[in-house]
Amino acid sequence: MATNDNLVTDDLTPTGERRRDFIFVATGAFAAAGAATVVWPLINQMSPSADVLALAQIDLDLSAIQPGQAVKVSWRGKPVFARNLTPAETAAAKAVPVASLRDPQTLEQRTKPGKENWLITLGVCTHLGCVPLGAGEGENKGAFGGYFCPCHGSQYDTAARIRQGPAPKNLEVPDYTFKSPTQVTIG
Amino acid sequence: MSFPWAKHYEPQGAFMKYVDSRLPIPRLVYDSLGGGYPVPKNLNYFYNFGVLAGVALVVQIITGIVLGMHYAANTTIAFDSVEHIMRDVNGGWMLRYMHATGASFFFVVVYIHIFRGLFYGSYKPPREVLWLLGLVIFLLMMATAFMGYVLVWGQMSFWGATVITNLFSAIPLVGEAIHTWLLGGFAPDNATLNRFFSLHYLLPFIILGVVILHVWALHIPGSNNPTGIDVKSKADTVPFHPYYTAKDFFGLCVYLTLFSVVVFFLPNMLGEADNYIPANPLSTPAHIVPEWYFWPFYAILRAFTVDFPFGLVPAKLWGVLAMFSAILLLFFLPWLDTSPVRSNSYRPLNRQLFWIFVVDVIILGICGGKPPEEPWLRLSQIASAYYFAHFLIITPLVSRIEKPLPLPNSISEAVLKRHTNTGAPAALQPAGAGLAEFPASGQPAE
Ligand code: HEM
Ligand code: FES
Repeated sequence: MATNDNLVTDDLTPTGERRRDFIFVATGAFAAAGAATVVWPLINQMSPSADVLALAQIDLDLSAIQPGQAVKVSWRGKPVFARNLTPAETAAAKAVPVASLRDPQTLEQRTKPGKENWLITLGVCTHLGCVPLGAGEGENKGAFGGYFCPCHGSQYDTAARIRQGPAPKNLEVPDYTFKSPTQVTIG
Repeated sequence: MSFPWAKHYEPQGAFMKYVDSRLPIPRLVYDSLGGGYPVPKNLNYFYNFGVLAGVALVVQIITGIVLGMHYAANTTIAFDSVEHIMRDVNGGWMLRYMHATGASFFFVVVYIHIFRGLFYGSYKPPREVLWLLGLVIFLLMMATAFMGYVLVWGQMSFWGATVITNLFSAIPLVGEAIHTWLLGGFAPDNATLNRFFSLHYLLPFIILGVVILHVWALHIPGSNNPTGIDVKSKADTVPFHPYYTAKDFFGLCVYLTLFSVVVFFLPNMLGEADNYIPANPLSTPAHIVPEWYFWPFYAILRAFTVDFPFGLVPAKLWGVLAMFSAILLLFFLPWLDTSPVRSNSYRPLNRQLFWIFVVDVIILGICGGKPPEEPWLRLSQIASAYYFAHFLIITPLVSRIEKPLPLPNSISEAVLKRHTNTGAPAALQPAGAGLAEFPASGQPAE
């Protein structure tokens, strides 16, 4: 049509644009905006639904966990490790030069003040999400005495910091508060 | 599209004429799979695997649809519904074993099909688009098989899903958001299982669509052949039917025999025993492995254990990038290999490198199935490095420096020469139409 002079000459603006181009662009833009409004719900339906998002908090009683022991609990569908470190384990965690770590953090930064023996982390390997071993009785704690991920061999130390293997980060510390010396609320 | 000497479809009888002038499906079949499709006459058994892949796809679709009539995509009963298929549904064990081992057979066939293409240079002009469409099918197959394996909701299903979906969280900045969006939650759960079932049902039909495009792209230049040289005259070809329909049928019988042996006598040969344990989100099996057909790529993923350069890029991101590029590299192969000679039969140096590459992929496959320990880690690092070197350094270099062997003048000349050398009775065959065009061969063509 652009080449059909008879049709379009009287349609030109003083600067030489065709009036009809405006209609084309406006129509195209409208159709694109309309399509986007329809596509968005189709994409967004895949995001977590309201019931999944409903934040779950859990209470955990630490009184039965002896030094050197750990428990595994489920929180938002993921495992959480709560571990009572022995004095030797806290000492080992503190002895490591922080600058030498892949994800530099001290034991103090990863625990609550005065509760350094309580190491509470997600039991989700930061590599590809397996549950590391080491929380259960007699499980392999890896070369650094913390946790060992069987999937691709990540090794965590007694502050659950990544020391060896493909995982990029330390085990995540969830939000939690001490309600009493032996009661924590996670979430 | 077809060669000028292709036979033309003549509808027989009033009814066929009626159909032909309204919806000419019989003509389409005749021209693409029948007597009207001339094919190089020297195709060997490696050329059976395309048809076999098509059959494997149809087997998956048929068995999958009937399994879908009994399967329930809900985390509380998915595992039990698979056991229900195995124990209660009439013949359900057979259908499930056909579907599960069918996926493995599908990959065996497709891997042979791909390596056939690599050996005979079938990815080179004018077949680049054909090659690219094949790779798209390969990617879709991997996605389909991965999601199908999750449906069982056993331990390997769950932890495989955890590991593979976590790959996306390695993407800087948006990775976590994409990961949550893909799962519909923070860990694989009911939302994940449901969408995987929906997509596992859909993708095979998308694959079927791409297969049609793949075959369409094949029929424009026609098949490549073991000599890699172009068809030049009628003497180089035979009609698809009856020659290759018969050959493909024979290959199919062999394939179905082997398939039956595995389905009926060794159905769990390639499976993991851990997948007969229901999924448990709080306990990872001691040794997570994907299905065998992912092993070479899984080994590349795990080969990266240190952050570099200088701890800047995390090992996890390297692993993920390397694994995806290992497949994406294949998309660039037509432009990385610049040698004008297609078939490795005439590329003495590249032929040896091809076999080294095959061995390299097998080594990667073995490493991928082993626990992440030495010596397997070191071995997969070396083998991964070689994998990338093969495509990025060796292939472009060899294309430049290699001196290919002299090519035959035509397919039919090559065929006749081989048969004369081995004393086969080529000379006894009656002279055919293409002879006049081949004074050089000095032998009657068929
Ligand atoms: C490209 C074609 C396909 C491939 C490669 C494929 C692959 C797989 C794999 C590997 C499994 C796990 C098998 C096991 O360990 O039990 C599976 C399961 C399943 N597939 Fe497919 N599949 C395909 C097509 C289909 C289609 C078209 C359907 C139709 C609905 C389907 C329905 C199912 C169902 C219901 C299951 C779960 C039951 C079971 O484990 O046997 N599949 N698929
Ligand atoms: S998921 Fe833990 S090392 Fe890969």
